[in-house]
Amino acid sequence: MIGTLDPARRLMLGAIGLVGFLGLWALVAASGLVGKAFLPGPLDVAARLVALLHTSFAGGTLLVHLGSSLQRFTAGYALAALVGVPLGLLMGRFRLLDDIVSPIFDALRFIAPIAWVPFAALWFGTGFGGPVLIIFSGAFPPCLLNAYRGARQVDARYIEAAEMLGTPSHRLILEVLLPASVPSIVAGLRIGAGLGWQSLVGAELIVASTGVGYMMVQAQSGVSTATVMVGMVAIGLVGVLIDVALRTVEARIHRRLGRA
Amino acid sequence: MSSIRFDAVNKTFGGGQIKALEDIDLDIADKEFMAIVGPSGCGKTTCLRLAAGFEFPSSGRVLVGNSEVTQPGPDRAVVFQQFALFPWKTVAENIELGLRNKNVPRAERRARVAEAVGMIGLDGYEGAYPHQLSGGMQQRVAIARAYVLDPQVLLMDEPFGALDAQTRVVMQEELVRLARRNPRTVLFITHGVEEAVYLADRVAIMTRRPGRIKEIVDVKSVREADHWEKCARIEDVMDRESFIHLRTHIWRSLREEKNGAEH
Repeated sequence: MIGTLDPARRLMLGAIGLVGFLGLWALVAASGLVGKAFLPGPLDVAARLVALLHTSFAGGTLLVHLGSSLQRFTAGYALAALVGVPLGLLMGRFRLLDDIVSPIFDALRFIAPIAWVPFAALWFGTGFGGPVLIIFSGAFPPCLLNAYRGARQVDARYIEAAEMLGTPSHRLILEVLLPASVPSIVAGLRIGAGLGWQSLVGAELIVASTGVGYMMVQAQSGVSTATVMVGMVAIGLVGVLIDVALRTVEARIHRRLGRA
Repeated sequence: MSSIRFDAVNKTFGGGQIKALEDIDLDIADKEFMAIVGPSGCGKTTCLRLAAGFEFPSSGRVLVGNSEVTQPGPDRAVVFQQFALFPWKTVAENIELGLRNKNVPRAERRARVAEAVGMIGLDGYEGAYPHQLSGGMQQRVAIARAYVLDPQVLLMDEPFGALDAQTRVVMQEELVRLARRNPRTVLFITHGVEEAVYLADRVAIMTRRPGRIKEIVDVKSVREADHWEKCARIEDVMDRESFIHLRTHIWRSLREEKNGAEH
């Protein structure tokens, strides 16, 4: 049924939902059922957000914290993509590698990114490496899995055609498996980005001295609920922006491949 | 010297449950054009896949030249029924890939690709992608991709099956010209009896599953005795009594097989 709605109608319904949510929040906050220190209204949070854009909190403005979060995210995510996609393609081509790596990978991927926090803290303290390791653990599995599945699902005709043309392995991976798996790989990169962003902020709650997560922990100990909620809003908004950006890339690639 | 030899080949699928080929003995001489016809599902494509090295016999041997087939390779170029061009590569890139794999120098590659494109009459389409071409043009690219490697053996799996009738005729005439000018060992799979008689030196008729070679019909001696090469067009050849005689003979033989089939 969702597919039958036109975009304008969907946008309007989405707006109704958002306004309803904010209204309910404002109502509960104004009712006095919860203390104002623990549940500030939407307007208070908005005012706090604006204030944090130019006043410093826990070592920086909101944008400074966001910037340092994004830096870690980029490092961990790039590492996950650069290792995960090639390894996934290689595993999709070479049965031996698949058999060697799969058991380790299957066991490791059930360790939630947040479960890496104590280990990361021991290794890196509050340095750059800890959050990078944690975001890597979140973003890596979908990057690898989607490249692997993409490579395994390539139409056998293309592989047979390449083999009968005498194509060596490295070229078969780069020029046949990779282009044929692009839709699957891009979907994996998008899922990986979402999971990576989620795990990064979780990691910053514990092992970091800057970043949105760190800002929120500092606000918590100062019982500045509005600041905590500004952090949540910022995480949500940036997450949506990352997703929209990657969806756009994905749609563009599908349009290009759709003509094929 | 590149003959193809099926030596007591059996092939089963599904852990021996399905018997696809039974005791296939078939010798295709160097530079001979052999067509295999048979009812659908009789295993003719399996024969080609064994020669290509995509699959291997359950028992018996498949030899190309003097060595047993162990893997696919550019000495045995395949033209697939569904073309199998790489959609993300242009016409020129599709044709060029096999030459790059052989480490042919760039200048020579360019010349040979240009020659191949000219041969199939697609000058000006070098930069086009497969989806921008008609089915007939795509199949010509697939043929050029195989021919450009100058393979000793050409394996063609119903290459014209997906084309409309007019395009098919043009392609058949082209293939006859190419094959007579530059003869190769060809294994040609088809269910078109006329196509087989028109193109091949010999036609092998297969039984329905499990596929066996039922009969081998010699076309070449008839063709040469009756001077089919003087006919410019396929329909002129098809009008000749010698052609009709061979065609009808093969049809009868196939009909006997089909009568026992499910439909």
